[in-house]
Amino acid sequence: MGSELTKLFELVISSSLVNNFVFTWFLGLCIFFGVSKKMETAIGMSVTFTAVILISSAMSWLVYNYLMIPLGIEFLMIIVFIGIVAGLVQGSDTIMRKVSPGLYHKLGIYLALISTNCIILAVPLMNVGNHYNFIESMAFALGSGLGFSLAMIIMASIREKIELSDVPGPFKGLPMAFIIAGMIALAFTGFSGLITL
Amino acid sequence: MYDVYKTATDIIGMFRLADLAQILPQVGVGAEIEAKQSIDVWPLVKYSLIFLAGMGGLFGFVLAFAAKKFAIKVDPRVEQVNDLLAHAHCGACGYAGCEQYAEAVVNDPEVSATLCIPAGERAARKIAELTGKKADIKEKQIARIMCGGSLSRTVKRYTYEGVPDCRAAVLTGGGDKACIYGCLGYGTCSRVCPFEAITICEDGLPHIDPGKCTACGMCVSACPKNVIEILPASKAVVVACHSKDNAAYTRKRCTVGCMACGICEKICPFDAAAVTDNFSKIDPAKCRVCGLCVSKCPAGTIEDFIVRAKASINDSCIGCGLCVKICPVDAIGGEPKQKHAVDAAKCIGCGLCAAKCPVQAFDGVFNAEQVRAAKNKLKEAS
Repeated sequence: MGSELTKLFELVISSSLVNNFVFTWFLGLCIFFGVSKKMETAIGMSVTFTAVILISSAMSWLVYNYLMIPLGIEFLMIIVFIGIVAGLVQGSDTIMRKVSPGLYHKLGIYLALISTNCIILAVPLMNVGNHYNFIESMAFALGSGLGFSLAMIIMASIREKIELSDVPGPFKGLPMAFIIAGMIALAFTGFSGLITL
Repeated sequence: MYDVYKTATDIIGMFRLADLAQILPQVGVGAEIEAKQSIDVWPLVKYSLIFLAGMGGLFGFVLAFAAKKFAIKVDPRVEQVNDLLAHAHCGACGYAGCEQYAEAVVNDPEVSATLCIPAGERAARKIAELTGKKADIKEKQIARIMCGGSLSRTVKRYTYEGVPDCRAAVLTGGGDKACIYGCLGYGTCSRVCPFEAITICEDGLPHIDPGKCTACGMCVSACPKNVIEILPASKAVVVACHSKDNAAYTRKRCTVGCMACGICEKICPFDAAAVTDNFSKIDPAKCRVCGLCVSKCPAGTIEDFIVRAKASINDSCIGCGLCVKICPVDAIGGEPKQKHAVDAAKCIGCGLCAAKCPVQAFDGVFNAEQVRAAKNKLKEAS
């Protein structure tokens, strides 16, 4: 049991820090650059993202292991996972609008963006590829969500400061953001070797 | 010989796996993929189709159910009102965004229908119609720069080489202009303007495009010197100075600063100009944009945004003499009951005569057409 917990903890740390999806895999960059201009939106996005990735990878795992493997149609997993994420996002959008309008006004705008995010698709695919069991895949999804949130919050806080500084003309805006992202990615290489799975 | 055969089977093994498996059972593609004796395509297609159709159907059903069960009633008027708004998200209405205002104006009977200034009068009327409210249409307003101190007319205290932004410049001892009330001209207002109505002229003063300005007030709150004021657009005569320094101080720093001499106060036929705190201010409620003060101001502080032309009298004149009485520069002369004439040398194009004339006998002045249209409308109404 102790080793099980250690493994789960290692999974979380590995997917959030060592193999951070944004800074190590360079996935999900469109949202990462699009929404990290302001701290408020960055936090909203992070919370929504973590929630959606947990639910979607749980559903994907169940569908894959209990429906697709018995039927022998594993090769369809990409298209099925995309369908699951899209349906889930649409459903939660509808339900959230009714159940908590306040939350919907805060986070609803990000939901549509999430359905096309590559991290959301990558996590279920990697769960399958690494033969994780249910608990492990949940830990992996949680770690990825936390890692993405960490990346968003770091980036948003830096970009809010950069707004005020005198950036040379050609680098204003997105180019500067890319340079900063590259530097943070370099810093994140410091985590490599922390855990070997 | 065997080697050649093995290599060949390796190469084609991927493609003819099923056939080769019967001849050479030991040949496999290795790794984790198990070589199957034969691949039955039909059940695979069948299962895929059933699975995809089932999943699609399930999701469709669940989503349709959710949409029905969790449907929220949205007043269709909210959408309609939302479409009418300006969508600049300027905040002039006092709400966080255009959607929030649209919601408030439909649901709350207290909220006025005319709060979206950028959308203009027509939108306000339509919103009032949609929401069943009175449209107390406000007069069109515009932002005015209350400073005429361009670079060539003013003195600088020091050379400012920081970030070219008024809000930054003002941190360094109140800005580089010697007159502490003056416009700094680093263009903060032009950058915050959501309608791109403000441009900074070569001489360092902002110019406001009356066609684009919607009086949303973003520039007013952004300007660190409080130089910008929102005034009725039709009152196009403005004292372009708000310096509270006394005359001697102001003159030393700026050639067009108001010296509070009080001439405008004395000559204004409508008592619209008044000097307080060492500068003159025109009351837009009283001003009738005659422009007399513009021609008399010794410092040239008062700016006139109206393109003026001299008045002339046409044949419908009945010689009543009302224009002779109202003309502030005594430019009109003539015998009673005879056609009067305008002395073009004296006329300043104020337009008071055109407004006063009972038979619309005046041509050429800036407001002649306006007055004619207004009186025709009155006639039609009666």
